[in-house]
Amino acid sequence: MKNLEDLEKKINSELTTKINSSKIKHNQIYITTDKEDIIDVALFLKTNQDTKFRQLIDITVIDYPENNQRFEVVYLFLSHEFNQRLIVKYPIAENEVIPSLTSIFPSANWMEREVFDMYGVSFKDHPDLRRILTDYGFEGHPLRKDFPLTGHSEVRYSEDQKKVISEPVKLEQNYRNFDYESPWEGTKYIKEEIENNDKKN
Amino acid sequence: MTKKIKNLNLNFGPQHPAAHGVLRLILELDGEVVEKADPHIGLLHRGTEKLIENKTYMQAVPYFDRLDYVAPMNQEHAFALAVEKILKIDVPIRAQYIRIIFCEIGRILSHILNVTTQALDVGALTPSLWGFEERETLMTFYERASGSRLHANYFRAGGVHQDLPKGLEEDIAKFCETFPKIINDLESLLTDNRIFKQRNVDIGVVTKEDALDYSFSGVMIRGSGIPWDLRKSQPYDCYESLDFKIPVGKNGDCYDRYLCRIEEMKESVSIIKQCLSKMEKGPIKSLDNKISPPPKAEIKQSMEALIHHFKLFTEGYRVPKDEIYTAVEAPKGEFGVYLISDGSSKPYKCKIRAPGFSHLQSMDYLIKGHMLADVPAVLGSLDIVFGEVDR
Repeated sequence: MKNLEDLEKKINSELTTKINSSKIKHNQIYITTDKEDIIDVALFLKTNQDTKFRQLIDITVIDYPENNQRFEVVYLFLSHEFNQRLIVKYPIAENEVIPSLTSIFPSANWMEREVFDMYGVSFKDHPDLRRILTDYGFEGHPLRKDFPLTGHSEVRYSEDQKKVISEPVKLEQNYRNFDYESPWEGTKYIKEEIENNDKKN
Repeated sequence: MTKKIKNLNLNFGPQHPAAHGVLRLILELDGEVVEKADPHIGLLHRGTEKLIENKTYMQAVPYFDRLDYVAPMNQEHAFALAVEKILKIDVPIRAQYIRIIFCEIGRILSHILNVTTQALDVGALTPSLWGFEERETLMTFYERASGSRLHANYFRAGGVHQDLPKGLEEDIAKFCETFPKIINDLESLLTDNRIFKQRNVDIGVVTKEDALDYSFSGVMIRGSGIPWDLRKSQPYDCYESLDFKIPVGKNGDCYDRYLCRIEEMKESVSIIKQCLSKMEKGPIKSLDNKISPPPKAEIKQSMEALIHHFKLFTEGYRVPKDEIYTAVEAPKGEFGVYLISDGSSKPYKCKIRAPGFSHLQSMDYLIKGHMLADVPAVLGSLDIVFGEVDR
């Protein structure tokens, strides 16, 4: 469907309970669903004559360490036929295994490997779940918020052992993260107080 | 008597001139026929996305130059557009034209490199010598506008960093007159060349269906006959007001993709010409001093300007809480930025969607059943640059 509102209605009426919420923003449709339903949702979006989201653009995860369900999995779809973009999301907890889309979209293979590599989220029924971007034998998942920017280990060539070795990072100076909050806009606790007062009024 | 023959495993790269960078391709060979290809990537992984999460929006721009380093400004464009859409700011018309001119220059830069190195991979040396001379001219334009030949750091949310220096527009116009002749020269060397055709026609054929399934974009999808170009279908900046055609292939083989790239270069020249003729004097970045820094001269006079300057280069501007996916038609395909902002001056997350990543993952599908000698030809036509694949 060419019209964004019609398309949103159509998806909602066809998938009813499988969609938790949907909205239109920046000329794209954002829908949220559940882990169990993602296969059905993706299959519907790909095959239905009125949606035809034939291409999976990307898969990624957003990390919110403070949430109970820490990760949010994001799928980006594109329909060439109707020139529409759609974003599907669902939250998962750490260590949860999620279904793989490789049977529907072959291109999901590497995207899921990247998510596994960067966030440590495992996929069920993935044909070849290995690390992809990081080094052989790498430990940790770099894009998690609790992974330090400078990493844990560094590699160098050892003249003694005549091979490349990996050792803990030694820095002359740690990465410094300055707080540039404007003092004249008020420090944190003042801002919170103002916000609370606003809410009361 | 039966003999058991074992397949041969071959490491193609990471130090192979035809691997276009640091690709380790593990090939399983049955005689000279490739049975399986397993690309190992990540040798150039620099953690761009992690770094961007720790920098302000303005500091994030240079990282985009270092992705696809043969067409730096196209990447910056995607990021700038994403931030502009969240901030809801307008870009002055002159800035839009300047950005389009440099994006098209980037497209020519990338296509020259790809076409000539593809020819080099299948045995033709001369095109690369002729092509690289033109690339040098184009990189001088980059240098004159931004100060550096490759890592430009020129686009900003709300426009570009500075106006074009005197005389640059005229020189780009002059280039547009002479360059079509160079394309013709390159074509006379390659298009009807018997060896070039033998090595490329009917090699690495992609059907329409598979092009969609494997998330192809750019020349890879157009070569297979799907007329899809984000500059036309989801126009950004003022591409809408420009008149250009989308070259589409028929057979989806390496040769068609080469032809598409040649035609696209001609279209790019025409786009640059149109921009130059339509361009007028005017501001080149958003006039909102909360987002773009004030002119240096003003800082010495105005307290307000000094404060703005200081705040912009320490804290940076804040971007309201939002999420957005924006994509541009980079030379290699759909380059997208999925940006999550949290109201602070640093992105909460910035996922980069690189076209080469999906293209390279189909290597196994493309090369299965081909001869070993076809590997460089297919790899060449995929237009892989490891800066963006590995990120």
